[in-house]
Amino acid sequence: MRRTSRSVLPGFGLSLGITCTYLSLMVLLPLATIFARTTELSWPTFWATVTNPRVVASYRVTFGASLVAALVNTVFGLLVAWVLVRYRFPGRRLVDAMVDLPFALPTAVAGIALTTLYAPNGWIGSRLDPLGIKVSYTWLGITVALIFIGLPFVVRTVQPVLDDLEVEVEEAAASLGARRWQTFTRVVFPTVAPALLTGFALAFARAVGEYGSVVFISGNMPMKTEIVPLLIITKLEQYDYPGATAVALVMLVVSFVLLLTINLLQWAARRRMAI
Amino acid sequence: MATLALSRPATTAPRTITRATGESRALRWTLISIALAFLALTLVLPLVLVFTEALAKGLTTYLGAIREPDALSAAKLTLLIASIAVPVNLIFGVSAAWCISKFTFPGKNLLITLIDLPFAVSPVISGMIFVLLFGAHSWFGPWLQDHDIKIIFAVPGMVLATTFVTAPFIARELIPLMQEQGTEEEEAAIVLGAGGWQTFWRVTLPNIKWGLLYGLILCNARAMGEFGAVSVVSGHIRGVTNTLPLHVEILYNEYAFAASFAVASVLTLLALVTLALKTLVEWQQRRATTDLAEDDSPLERTAA
Repeated sequence: MRRTSRSVLPGFGLSLGITCTYLSLMVLLPLATIFARTTELSWPTFWATVTNPRVVASYRVTFGASLVAALVNTVFGLLVAWVLVRYRFPGRRLVDAMVDLPFALPTAVAGIALTTLYAPNGWIGSRLDPLGIKVSYTWLGITVALIFIGLPFVVRTVQPVLDDLEVEVEEAAASLGARRWQTFTRVVFPTVAPALLTGFALAFARAVGEYGSVVFISGNMPMKTEIVPLLIITKLEQYDYPGATAVALVMLVVSFVLLLTINLLQWAARRRMAI
Repeated sequence: MATLALSRPATTAPRTITRATGESRALRWTLISIALAFLALTLVLPLVLVFTEALAKGLTTYLGAIREPDALSAAKLTLLIASIAVPVNLIFGVSAAWCISKFTFPGKNLLITLIDLPFAVSPVISGMIFVLLFGAHSWFGPWLQDHDIKIIFAVPGMVLATTFVTAPFIARELIPLMQEQGTEEEEAAIVLGAGGWQTFWRVTLPNIKWGLLYGLILCNARAMGEFGAVSVVSGHIRGVTNTLPLHVEILYNEYAFAASFAVASVLTLLALVTLALKTLVEWQQRRATTDLAEDDSPLERTAA
């Protein structure tokens, strides 16, 4: 505390007080109830709840679809970021602004729009249906919704890194005889990789918890297209609070691990940039 | 500048530089086309669909769905919730940014991570924690029932859940901005005899206004559009505990598609306005920083 009192600026006590009180009451205390309520369960009951076949099936749906969506987002996110930073074309600024649409659009709106679009009689669904591809109310639909939700995370983490990349480095690679593709894979890609990984992790973390955009398109069939967040809601509606809490705890731990990983990735990236 | 001057004579023509560090015209346009096609498919098509479906049954149905009493009360509740959640998080965000960016104290990085927590939590869990705290089967449940206070399946719970979900927005926007700006200007103001609040209003606020506005816009968009968390704590009672996103869901599940998309189109317009404002603020911010850079350079020159 002695170090802080040296500052001539006022308001340290007040601002830190407000911040800590608010965080404790609004965020930490409510989150702690999940941990506290889980202790009411015995270990065997807890284990039986979180390894129940229907619950395990929902993990598979949620994590599988999130993984595929985050991978698709990584590929196309890099492409979109590259095109936006490196090339000039009419409407570029508009496209740049549009990338944030999934952040701004309420998830329920995205959900009903995507469901209608990919339903067997929808604009896209009706073209895929004759090919035998069903999107709405299947696992594929969940993935489509998660791709929509996760896209800006990858684009917005990769974009600033590409922007800062000095052309001189690429010039050096070219003058040393590297082909354009070699320059990309050996010089550009390694520089962008940490940001790309962070973007992937952010998109994945968001997808794992996503609810609004997915419930409409998923069809919500237990064992097949039921996502974990919906399973938690179903348990809550049946007043199975211990069950809901146990599954929520598993998801919460996964989220915290992801948050920690993302922070470590960003910290490592910053250190690399500093050197 | 020095590197440019050195590299120029080494190569024969400037054109070779661009070719060595750029792609061929054909590849460039292929990449642009793939990227734009992907964005059109994932972002633009859903947007167009919302308005097409909303107007599918004509303008009268559209206006009817929006002017319906249930829709209006949902809109009112949405505005009410945002008008509480956003100012509360504004105070929190400015306080958090002030102590984190202007002072050094142990545990600062932990505090920054804790502020991020609501972003990491699933919206469903964000709603559920308040059910566990204040619901009928909770610790506070019996006491609340005795005193006839309804929090869960009522408006207070929806405000709490929304406030939780939107808590990090303004703080996250301000912390890096204020950290970058440092403390020199505020210290100068204090040394010259300004009071604490005076320093904040006259020095800090003008410096952070664009970042603050940016955070406010994003916070408000999320507060008005939140679905998962609010859905868990809302009683889904039409005209009482329905926000606009929940109203969209109810209409959709009742197969009133045109009405559902009509209400959804209002939320979509809100999202588009949010994006436009956000882009405008970004431009202003960029202009402010370049102005600052231009202001700085003559100073540096005289100092040298």
